[in-house]
Amino acid sequence: MRDISVTRLSDTIRDAVIRANTVMTPDIKRQLERGQKQETEAMASAVIADLLENAAIAQAERIPMCQDTGMVVVYLTFGQDVHWVDGEVEAAINDGIRRGYSEGYLRFSVVADPLRRVNTRDNTPAIVHYRLTAGERVHVDILPKGFGAENRSRLAMLKPSDGQAGVERFILETVRIAGPQACPPFIVGVGIGGDFERVAELAKEALLEPLDAPNADPYLAEMETRLGETINAMGIGPQGFGGRTTLLGLRIKVGATHIAGLPVAVNMSCHSTRHLAFDL
Amino acid sequence: MSQGQHDASTRATLHLPLDTATLAGLRAGDQVALTGPVLGARDAAHQRMHDMLATGEPLPFAITGETIYYVGPSPAQPGHVIGSAGPTSSYRMDAYTPELLALGLRGMIGKGRRSREVVEAIKRYGAVYFGAIGGAGALLARRIRGQEPVAWDDLGAEAVVRLWLEAFPVVVINDASGNDLYDNVIGPGLVDE
Repeated sequence: MRDISVTRLSDTIRDAVIRANTVMTPDIKRQLERGQKQETEAMASAVIADLLENAAIAQAERIPMCQDTGMVVVYLTFGQDVHWVDGEVEAAINDGIRRGYSEGYLRFSVVADPLRRVNTRDNTPAIVHYRLTAGERVHVDILPKGFGAENRSRLAMLKPSDGQAGVERFILETVRIAGPQACPPFIVGVGIGGDFERVAELAKEALLEPLDAPNADPYLAEMETRLGETINAMGIGPQGFGGRTTLLGLRIKVGATHIAGLPVAVNMSCHSTRHLAFDL
Repeated sequence: MSQGQHDASTRATLHLPLDTATLAGLRAGDQVALTGPVLGARDAAHQRMHDMLATGEPLPFAITGETIYYVGPSPAQPGHVIGSAGPTSSYRMDAYTPELLALGLRGMIGKGRRSREVVEAIKRYGAVYFGAIGGAGALLARRIRGQEPVAWDDLGAEAVVRLWLEAFPVVVINDASGNDLYDNVIGPGLVDE
């Protein structure tokens, strides 16, 4: 049994939300640089140059890359031999977010109720997922998700007969519909399988995967590469002004499903996809 | 390395408020730099404007001749004018926009496509819709030289603010002649919002 203070969890989340919002992940930066080399259109190339400069300014001045500093999704994975002390875990997570967003000059983008829409003025509550594992390890992923792209996400309950072709059609259609609205170049998280609820979780979890490492499953790796080429050939380009760089990465996660079902979810995300992982 | 969109040296500067002759001369695809005052307003402020107009209440600020920037900035650090301040997606403001254009709104700054109704209203009233780079909020903040509250502080990040732009880089998406940059370069959208 290992005692861990929730204060430590809270403090680390405070720092992590600030860092995630002000420092571009290295894989996104590499993909933008790669995209810029491939662009022949002056406008597309100029937009990517601006996005890279924006990231440099944000990091140097510690201001958010994007004013939409997101609603925070937290994945807390901890061993069953961990004993949390000094308070309640979820309260500590929200306290870390409250302090990070206030002290880090991040935007409060959360309303308490979807219909009555009163801002909570501290960016809480977070959306928290708990996963229990063996041992004493604690691993945390945070994903402050902006809604420009989130709003363009879609989910479909396909039939098994729709097959891989049906799944791919739905993914490509979702990206086409997203178009200039979702701040291309995109990062696309795809979930396939599970149930209505799990498929959306899979799609979001796919956004945590590194963009320039191949999928461990060769079948899915081939699908990711082929879909990526098709999306970049759509010509949407950075900001929808045309060009070759429509996609910075597409990752697929699959899960067991029912004999009657083929759920698919596409979680749209932008070039300001922010996530950070740490162990306690 | 190629020059970024924000590089204002090669762009024509447009002074705000926009006049009729300037608006008539703008074409989809024109890259210009905006200097002058705009109103910062997004979803909740538009809903409130709509509700007040519906009940005949006077707005606490004038719309005639204005340019609205769809933005909800992050808070300014000490010594800064503003935090990160890039555009938000404009289509969410589409439902409210034709009535504001009818009131004399001349310009809008945002990102992404507008509805058919908005594109038609831009043409009818001789207005313009500009696109700024989404997700370049730290870079664009450098082109904002002043910020002060205007109305509805209770809306938090969605309060209406006055912003003073200086050589703020934008591209014309929808002009007063009915042209659409996105339609021209990537074709029409799959879904009419």
